Amino acid sequence: MSDKPLLSIRDLQVQFALREGTIRAVDGVDLDAHSGKTLCIVGESGSGKSMLARSLLQIVASPGRVTGGEILFTRPGQPTVDIARLDPTGKPIRAVRGRDIAMIFQEPMNSLSPIHSVGDQLVEKILLHHRIGKAAAIDRAVNALDKVGIPNPRQRLNSYPFELSGGMRQRVMIAMALACEPALLIADEPTTALDVTTQANILDLIADLQRELGMGVVFITHDLGVVAEIADEVAVVYLGRVVERGPVEEIFYNPQHPYTLALLSSIPKLGARRARGQRLRAIEGMVPHPLNRPKGCPFNTRCAEARAGLCDQVDPRNLELAPGHFAACHMRDPAIVGDAVGVSA
Amino acid sequence: MNVQPTLNAAPGPELLMRVKDLKVHFPIKRGILKRTVGHVRAVDGISLDIRAGETLSIVGESGCGKTTLGQALVRVLEPTNGSIDYFGKDQTGTDIAHLGETELRPYRSDIRMIFQDPFASLNARRRVIDIIGESMRNFGVRDERELESQVAALLRKVGLRPEYMNRFPYAFSGGERQRIGIARALAVHPRLVVADECVSALDVSIQAQTLNLMQDLQEEFALTYVFISHDLSVVEYISDRVAVMYAGRVVELSDTEQLFAAPRHPYTAALLAAVPRPDPRSARAKRPARLKGEVADPANRPTGCAFHPRCPYATDRCEAEDPQLRSVGSSLVACHHAEELMLKGVTVDAA
Amino acid sequence: MTIATQESETIAQNEPSSVGMATQRQLIWTKFTEHKLALASLVVIGLIYLVGIFCEFVAPRSPEHYDSAYTMLAPQPLKLWYTDDAGQTQFGLHVTGFSSQRDPNTLRRIFAPDESVIIPVSFFVQGQDYKLFNLIPANIHLIGAVDPSQPFYLLGADRLGRDVLSRVVYGTRISTSIGLIGVAISLVLGVILGGISGYFGGWVDNFIQRVIEFIMSVPTIPLWMGLAAAIPVTWSPIMVYLIITMIISLIGWTSLAREVRGRFMSWRNEPFVVAARLDGTSQMTIIGRHLVPGFVSHIIASVTLAIPAMIIAETSLSFLGIGLRPPAVSWGVLLQEAQNIRSLAEAPWLLTPGVLVIITVLALNFLGDGLRDAADPYT
Repeated sequence: MSDKPLLSIRDLQVQFALREGTIRAVDGVDLDAHSGKTLCIVGESGSGKSMLARSLLQIVASPGRVTGGEILFTRPGQPTVDIARLDPTGKPIRAVRGRDIAMIFQEPMNSLSPIHSVGDQLVEKILLHHRIGKAAAIDRAVNALDKVGIPNPRQRLNSYPFELSGGMRQRVMIAMALACEPALLIADEPTTALDVTTQANILDLIADLQRELGMGVVFITHDLGVVAEIADEVAVVYLGRVVERGPVEEIFYNPQHPYTLALLSSIPKLGARRARGQRLRAIEGMVPHPLNRPKGCPFNTRCAEARAGLCDQVDPRNLELAPGHFAACHMRDPAIVGDAVGVSA
Repeated sequence: MNVQPTLNAAPGPELLMRVKDLKVHFPIKRGILKRTVGHVRAVDGISLDIRAGETLSIVGESGCGKTTLGQALVRVLEPTNGSIDYFGKDQTGTDIAHLGETELRPYRSDIRMIFQDPFASLNARRRVIDIIGESMRNFGVRDERELESQVAALLRKVGLRPEYMNRFPYAFSGGERQRIGIARALAVHPRLVVADECVSALDVSIQAQTLNLMQDLQEEFALTYVFISHDLSVVEYISDRVAVMYAGRVVELSDTEQLFAAPRHPYTAALLAAVPRPDPRSARAKRPARLKGEVADPANRPTGCAFHPRCPYATDRCEAEDPQLRSVGSSLVACHHAEELMLKGVTVDAA
Repeated sequence: MTIATQESETIAQNEPSSVGMATQRQLIWTKFTEHKLALASLVVIGLIYLVGIFCEFVAPRSPEHYDSAYTMLAPQPLKLWYTDDAGQTQFGLHVTGFSSQRDPNTLRRIFAPDESVIIPVSFFVQGQDYKLFNLIPANIHLIGAVDPSQPFYLLGADRLGRDVLSRVVYGTRISTSIGLIGVAISLVLGVILGGISGYFGGWVDNFIQRVIEFIMSVPTIPLWMGLAAAIPVTWSPIMVYLIITMIISLIGWTSLAREVRGRFMSWRNEPFVVAARLDGTSQMTIIGRHLVPGFVSHIIASVTLAIPAMIIAETSLSFLGIGLRPPAVSWGVLLQEAQNIRSLAEAPWLLTPGVLVIITVLALNFLGDGLRDAADPYT
């Protein structure tokens, strides 16, 4: 791991002030993203993972906003900026968005303008961030499309988004995101709307480009299979908190938090054929409504190991169980369960 | 409309539905005069048997026609061609493919559907009891007290509190709504339930609950499932047999074990290879070959085998000659080279 | 269909909260009340329609009652305190009188307020006889001078000495009801034709849509003028009123028909409709119980938004002199009478109907917006 992370998030808070109350969409998150590495943020719907991603660029939709914590972004050779302190509409954040940190979304059709050709949009974006001539910008756009594996890139410049398939559109989005060679790419469920074969191609593409450009990737997904394929680091989020994070092998082969354990055992594994009558181990209950957050550990209402009077009262602290492997669970806390760390009840 | 028992094939004791050469084509209309300029051949000649008590999965990528096939089986759509022989409790087959709405009515209680979207499929303006009870009312439950106790029993069965029956759907989460959807499907004691992507909108933990529930209910009520999905891990978990569709046709139909361990069609193998697996070591061991190109356009089917433009094993024969579904080993495969190919399946190498 | 057996009642009692039991109507109302402007507009519209319904009672006099002694009299403000003959300050609702003299040059009558003449005013006074709704004989007025023979012009008088307030109040009935009746006709046409178009589709849909497009492409004002000009002058005001309403709604139905058609089309293949079909529910029941209740709220919202267009149309036609004609009294007719520079300069109170048109139209638009936002309470 390099000494200084590209992006260092500390105690990040994102809140939505609604009439019914305040929703803490992101509630004290610590994360690090490194150059050339992929950080996967995995969670179910309502876990706040998308809000977390959006807050990194200060594009949380109103009435939500970043209310606390810091997002330190350090591009090599440049001073560190705290994105959380930047004005969401100001000039400094706009310089970061798109140029230093790029983002791709789940539905590429919504992020591309339907009335401008792919080339126009790509060239406009390049010109916005770089002082080069139009011809040079077009060359760069062709280059970018070529890099993401779009056949006949020069002809494709004149295509409109609706003429492209879902996979091609996502490639165009990636080309746009990478046109300015960002230091960090945030990908918010970029393959969820795609078929498996297309998804596999897009994941390969992102991995290849990452290797080539040496950028950091923050990848948001709900699919543990995708995580296993691409992640270097994994953060498991639940109700706005990171309940467990660590290197991918630690998370998959030595999971500690009961939520991670439950999540891993609830997915049907391809190739592990079920014996007749064997059942999936489901997590009981539902994700609580964000306005109704449980007290103490957010997972205590569904947790098989929860200890009454402790887990439903006191926030667990974030423990480093192995180098780089953190989990927030009382039942893994040596101060509470003695030496029986890692042995589930 | 021809209501005639099919006598040509004596149904085995376990046959529930026999689909023969089913085609569903949608006209493509253009211009002010709405002239038909072509057809989307969403389902283009499918034949398969559905056995009583089994779970038959239909898998494929978007646009392969699996949803259209499901809608034709429950007769939301009228097929363009072909027959759907349904073998009722008395074992006589009736072709329901071209029946009108009134003639279909007796079969509506036998053949039910679970929908993909737990939000759009429940009428937001009706209470749970009215949603679940609608088919009960239509099929004979007249007494409101009786209806209420039946709905209460069903809700309990799918894991919801019976007191919730007077609530409106907006009060429920996605997983709970899908349970309501399941309860509705089971309200009139069906024999066949077509579940169209019924867990794909749900979170993994809720998905597991729902799959378990569906299995329990299958055992309890001796249900037959047609499980339509794009998620191969779920399909492997729940099904007895699997049909893989590509461009409106079945390219491989086989027992689950066989299909996942030793696929016979290159498309099946490619699909299996593309599924991300929650196992970092094996996922990184080697990158499998990826499929190139795009899914075949059902409005503009390639000549010969529809898969040949993307197939790594394609030969001139594949481009010229349309392969028919035929027996290879214990599988049905539509590939000219099924015997020669040694395709890799997925094995139990997960811990 | 309500199911209220004892069992369900006991369950309801055991339930600590009524989460998720609110009906759609309750949800719409909750959401609507969040829209303060719409709520205020609802009150305003309610008052205006009440005035229209009970105009004979609200108006101090009959709209035709004239008094040449008070032509172009300025509005008399309502006052509470006055000094009586004994020099004592007294409390009592009143207006003050005035003295009149003729301008020797223009021969025009000039009124000067005379604070000493006290005309007592009261609520629910006996005044001119009238028939409420043209049926019930009565003579109680909401407000008026205690002595009906004394002048009482809260909003001034017109060039014949008629009470502007009374005329505006009577005009409210005609102007607002034209909006309602016009919309009712549009609604029937729109729902039927739009429903047919959306439900059957195919060439029927094609045909109806082309007709709608044709009607929409015809410039409205010339069409109205042509049609209105064809009305024989000899017809009674009632007949003219009905014909004008029909002319206006002839155009109004098109947008409603499109709305209905769009809803039908988009909902016909919604999963919940398909689900109802699979439940063995008949087509008519699906339309009646699943489709129609779903868009009633939307229809109400669009109807609310259509009424102001009708009111404006009536006002414009009458203002141009081709709509309603005196002796019928509508806001447009009243404005037409104020249609010269002299009234603008010397008797701005004759423009009161114009102010009312603006208030009504704005309030209806706010109300419609609020309803439209609330119509889908689930988002």
